[in-house]
Amino acid sequence: MSDISFPKGAHAQKSLLVLDARTRKRNAAEARFRRMGLVAVTIGILALVGLLSSIIANGASSFRQTFVNLEVYLDPAKLDKTGERDPAKMAKVTTFGYAPLLGRALAQAVEAQGISTEGVSKKDIEALISKEAPATLRNMVLANPELVGQTISLQVLAQGRVDGYFKGRVTMESAALDRNISPAQLEMADALRAAGIITLGYNWGFFTAPDASDTRPEAAGLGVAILGSAYMMMIVLCLSLPIGVAASIYLEEFAPQNRWTDLIEVNISNLAAVPSIVFGILGLAIFINFVGLPQSAPIVGGLVLTLMTLPTIIIATRAALKAVPPSIRDAALGVGASKMQSVFHHVLPLAMPGILTGTIIGLAQALGETAPLLLIGMVAFVREYPGSPPEGFLDPASALPVQVYNWTTRGDPAFVERASGAIIVLLCFLVIMNIAAIVLRRRFERRW
Amino acid sequence: MYDAPTNNAEINVDQNEIKISARNVQVYYGDSHAIKDVNVDIAPRTVTAFIGPSGCGKSTFLRCLNRMNDTIDVCRVEGSIQLDGEDIYDKRVDPVQLRARVGMVFQKPNPFPKSIYDNVAYGPRIHGMARNKAELDEIVETALRRGAIWNEVKDRLHAPGTGLSGGQQQRLCIARAIATQPEVLLMDEPCSALDPIATAQVEELIDDLRTNYSVVIVTHSMQQAARVSQKTAFFHLGNLVEFDDTSRIFTQPQDPRTESYITGRIG
Repeated sequence: MSDISFPKGAHAQKSLLVLDARTRKRNAAEARFRRMGLVAVTIGILALVGLLSSIIANGASSFRQTFVNLEVYLDPAKLDKTGERDPAKMAKVTTFGYAPLLGRALAQAVEAQGISTEGVSKKDIEALISKEAPATLRNMVLANPELVGQTISLQVLAQGRVDGYFKGRVTMESAALDRNISPAQLEMADALRAAGIITLGYNWGFFTAPDASDTRPEAAGLGVAILGSAYMMMIVLCLSLPIGVAASIYLEEFAPQNRWTDLIEVNISNLAAVPSIVFGILGLAIFINFVGLPQSAPIVGGLVLTLMTLPTIIIATRAALKAVPPSIRDAALGVGASKMQSVFHHVLPLAMPGILTGTIIGLAQALGETAPLLLIGMVAFVREYPGSPPEGFLDPASALPVQVYNWTTRGDPAFVERASGAIIVLLCFLVIMNIAAIVLRRRFERRW
Repeated sequence: MYDAPTNNAEINVDQNEIKISARNVQVYYGDSHAIKDVNVDIAPRTVTAFIGPSGCGKSTFLRCLNRMNDTIDVCRVEGSIQLDGEDIYDKRVDPVQLRARVGMVFQKPNPFPKSIYDNVAYGPRIHGMARNKAELDEIVETALRRGAIWNEVKDRLHAPGTGLSGGQQQRLCIARAIATQPEVLLMDEPCSALDPIATAQVEELIDDLRTNYSVVIVTHSMQQAARVSQKTAFFHLGNLVEFDDTSRIFTQPQDPRTESYITGRIG
């Protein structure tokens, strides 16, 4: 042994206090790499901050809404000519019968406050109120015919441009060029606000109201979209979790390792990378054209999103099962547990945090998915709330991301605000789901 | 328990002398021939030690005795291994029933991530050995006492088993294995992860267990084999080189390879 030695000169004696050229080069390379990493992280953070701040700047105002507070006299001569208070007959009076009542109420309020009406016609005053307001009032009266003949205090939506004016989207200059609003109307709105007749309040309607037509952005809400998304998530969870976990357990613990299981494995991985619109075409062909399920229904959306989520859940579950140490399986088999007992008593509980995290991330992905839903007709304009489950799964509904897409295609700039607001809502749901994933993971891990 | 015995006479003859008899056992991992032609008889109420250099097949052979090798897809076993005269590789044998009678303790302590109580109670529970909670409590206490760990854990039976020290965990695993009241206990290097004090405790325990069970222990330490076993088998490159009383193996080995190994020249 001792006669083998390294060639001399490779490591000549040098002072430790002086860095040699090779060390300096290595240190420089490391410093360069650190700087590049820092730059990369900074770019990422800046992009995220830019994105979030633009969305919040555009969308935060959609959570506030301009309202007009009115004392409305419900004239029996207009609303119930027969005097029978029969809702069937009163329903003959359309929203056009209700609009003048609101207009008159606002005009009276203007007069009572002594606000100048110079350059503003009666019709212009009426136009400060949203076109949605008569419909709201009509539904209220039809639901409770006893109101006819009374004077009621009412808070109705203001017109979209007035709303935009108080949020800074509409200015006097833009109003001068706008057919829907004039500077004189805005001046009157300012005066009404000072008098307390126009107020800004929290926009609950944004969460509960259904979508509205192009001319009344102020009334558009996410109610149907949130319900539709919630229904789809229920379907996705109920189908993809059991199917995904069962498939992973079989593949990971029971299936023999042969060409067939290899093929299945490769295909599942590939399926996770298939563009989501392909799943939409599949859903259109199979669930709507072949099976004959209705279009725009949460059940079809849920089934398509289930197909999309399954690979994610299967891959996450298999990784979680693989991460359970084999010694636990040996221990269970060693005391005479059957294969299935060892899996269900020991392996599965240990894999649970991973499975739950994978499932929630899969669900979050499905919640934000738009493309396949466009193809199965969920982009339709839906004003009716879907019924309660399970029948409601077959009713037409919208979905959050599709609603965002829908609103961004509309002309009125007020819908840009709504779309950004909807994105904020969607992001909040996603953040909540991710936090839930983290909390569940922590809780389960602590138990073991 | 003994359904469909093929040959009653043989059982009666063997029962007193031989617990497990292995004849011409071959084990293949895919194409490689891991165990060649091994013949061993394990006597009841005896500690049998398997010694040999790393990779000689002693652990593989041990795992054949309760069919733990079934979990490895490429593993194939030939020859006959009989427990009380019944072939354990018979098609009719369910490995689950076999493993209830032939317990196993592994190299690395592997308690379930559950409470100490649940660790020990798991086997009796799945085999339906207790009719009620009181009986189960009794089984758990007996197993922990036999495992020589009762005094250390009796006040914290519901604390997690993974919170114990390494030596305690291994004794807990032994208690878990004997809770199902097996007839044979297989131990695969049970002390390799333990310090000398824990090792001494486990060895003492193995000696106690001999009064009730056949114990088969795989060990790397020849001193340990000499201390705890009555019979020793020396494996080398998949062959069983020598199998005899421990005292004879260590004092008068018949095969030169055995002598080389115990004197430290191969291994």
